[in-house]
Amino acid sequence: MSAETWAAIRLTAELAGLSTLLLLLLGTPLAWWLARTRSAWKPLWASLVAMPLVLPPTVLGFYLLLMMGPHGPVGQFTQWLGIGRLPFTFGGLVVASVLYSMPFVVQPLQQAFEAIPERLLEAAATLRASPWDRFASIALPLARPGFVTASVLGFAHTVGEFGVVLMIGGNIPGQTRVLSVALYDHVEAAEFAEAHRLAAGMVVFSLVVLVTLYVVNRPARDEAQPAR
Amino acid sequence: MDANADEVTVAVAANFAGPLAKIGEGFTAATGHTLRVSSGSTGKFYSQIISGAPFEVLIAADDETPRKLMAEGYGVTDSSFTYAIGKLVLWSAQPGYVDDQGAVLTIGNYAHLAIANPKLAPYGRAGLEVLKARGLGETVAPKLVTAESIAQAYQFAATGNAELGFVALSQVAVPGKPATGSYWLVPPTLYGEIRQDAVLLKTGEKNQAAAALLAYLKSPAAKAVIQSYGYGP
Repeated sequence: MSAETWAAIRLTAELAGLSTLLLLLLGTPLAWWLARTRSAWKPLWASLVAMPLVLPPTVLGFYLLLMMGPHGPVGQFTQWLGIGRLPFTFGGLVVASVLYSMPFVVQPLQQAFEAIPERLLEAAATLRASPWDRFASIALPLARPGFVTASVLGFAHTVGEFGVVLMIGGNIPGQTRVLSVALYDHVEAAEFAEAHRLAAGMVVFSLVVLVTLYVVNRPARDEAQPAR
Repeated sequence: MDANADEVTVAVAANFAGPLAKIGEGFTAATGHTLRVSSGSTGKFYSQIISGAPFEVLIAADDETPRKLMAEGYGVTDSSFTYAIGKLVLWSAQPGYVDDQGAVLTIGNYAHLAIANPKLAPYGRAGLEVLKARGLGETVAPKLVTAESIAQAYQFAATGNAELGFVALSQVAVPGKPATGSYWLVPPTLYGEIRQDAVLLKTGEKNQAAAALLAYLKSPAAKAVIQSYGYGP
């Protein structure tokens, strides 16, 4: 494979890795809150998180381009911070990926947290476990399969991102030319041999990732069930 | 509706989408035929056509693609002709930013220069030639933002995300509208001539509307529209 292809693979892995990490950091408290809250605003927040599932990526791409541009509020803020503007940069893609892959991380976490019986947490509370202690020593271990699913889906979905990147990336080698865009480029230019290599590679990658996910998460679920 | 009225499916290079919309109005008024138009980069249409896309006419941004399509049997032999000579401009959405010598390329403090993908779009290739002619090929390379067609290059510059963009004069000098921003009309000596050809594709060989459209493109009415967008004859 060419050096250009390797650069695209490395860039894609970096983007997906960093986005997943940020999503876990941001998504865990958000998912915990969504799972436990009785707030009347919960449906609104849950809907906002789920929006990228139903919106075409072009909607997100269009608004990001305007918001992060020189006249947009985000663009003016980043320029005021002195870090320039986000479109056509790796940082811009990270921001877009975090928004775009949000439901793939938050929803599995939320479901895992919701599955934890309230009485376990209450029992711990009567034993004077602090809220943080209850979260760290009960919720986190029990939600492990949720974390595995969230990480894998967040990573894989970012690898599969295309429309948003096409709109705000600018196709810069080593900066924003991720695998999906490199593949598109080859197809458009009728370079089918190179396109085949990338496309087949991504098919295999996705399959391996998903099979691994299902295998890893199966025993954990069986343990949670009473023996039959 | 006229019983002889047909529809023709057209692929048009993004730089000519605006003029074609205008020409289409005259064409429909004169012949009763209607257009169904897709716009994009010439290179993209090439790979779609060889993959069986249902386009009947290609209005390209170069002469090489129509020639190749005819040689490979996708275009009707000897049906291609030059309908316009493309003019490249260096454009900024910011008034007064681009000077009339293009010195801004060398001295300007810009982070991004938008260009259509040179592999797919003749205007992108021309832009690279200009940079090379100015000896800027390497210094500007890290600032290049590659758009998938010249329409996206224009959009990147129009939103201000790229301070500069190599686009077509036809996108900037829209007749009846005041020109926005500032631009440098690149002297044609700095890049290979953009000879834009149209070609009848095999899928459209039996469609009378396709033939009529190509004939209409050569008419004085169409030529007047083409020239009003700043294309060379």
